[in-house]
Amino acid sequence: MDINSAITPLIGGAIIGVAVTLMLFFNGRVTGISGIISGLLNSPKSDSLWRFTFLAGLLVGGIGLKLFEPSVFENTSGRSLGAIALAGFLVGYGTVMGGGCTSGHGVCGVSRFSIRSLLATATFIFFGFISVTIIKFVTGGLQ
Amino acid sequence: MNQAGISFIVGLIFALGLGLSGMTQPQKVIGFLDFSAWDPSLLFVMVGAVAVHAITYRLVRRRSSPLLDNEWHVPQRKDITLRLIMGAAIFGIGWGLGGFCPGPAVTALASGEIRAIVFVVMMVIGMLLFIKTEKYLPLKK
Repeated sequence: MDINSAITPLIGGAIIGVAVTLMLFFNGRVTGISGIISGLLNSPKSDSLWRFTFLAGLLVGGIGLKLFEPSVFENTSGRSLGAIALAGFLVGYGTVMGGGCTSGHGVCGVSRFSIRSLLATATFIFFGFISVTIIKFVTGGLQ
Repeated sequence: MNQAGISFIVGLIFALGLGLSGMTQPQKVIGFLDFSAWDPSLLFVMVGAVAVHAITYRLVRRRSSPLLDNEWHVPQRKDITLRLIMGAAIFGIGWGLGGFCPGPAVTALASGEIRAIVFVVMMVIGMLLFIKTEKYLPLKK
């Protein structure tokens, strides 16, 4: 752990902070990605366009990363496709139930010191830790 | 520029922030949740994002309304519900299992990688299942 391994994620985080600020300043909205996606599944059509264009922006950004720095998509987690499928399902189900994910609760909610978001963030980090610890134990990786 | 255009730009910047900070790599997320081989990257990402937005949120909210809308759409609830905690717990379990949360997963779709695609498809199915079955659950809104 050296200083450079802290600076890059700090700058990346600050860029995310700028992005959510623009969304608030211009559109008056929280950049909660699970909410933006789930809103497309149950919201009136009149409220859909900005959600679509946001997701398009994420994808175009992803394509840019893929073209210029494909290493950012390295996935060496070793998780099986079955585990990934279950993970996706739980993340979808849980984020709609809990009204947010890492962006909505973790960044936007924590920034405005929302008690709900602070509690939700502490909860998903704690259960994420439990999840990773159990998986390590089951797969024999717990030294 | 209208709201949809701004949303596109926000998505674009957000994706670049995720990529630069390493959050599109599931092993970094899993590493953050693994205290025996801790990778603090995600903590720095959150500190960076919150340090900026905790200040800008207060500055922006001095305005009576956003630039392109008549009203704010910021959640104001303060009640702690079982639904909030259970949802966050279920999300956390899936987050640790896959190493993806919704933003990085959608961004990673651009890589064409099968795990990102399977994750996002199953995430949408999970969201739909909750939306469709919510009324049968003993959880108040």
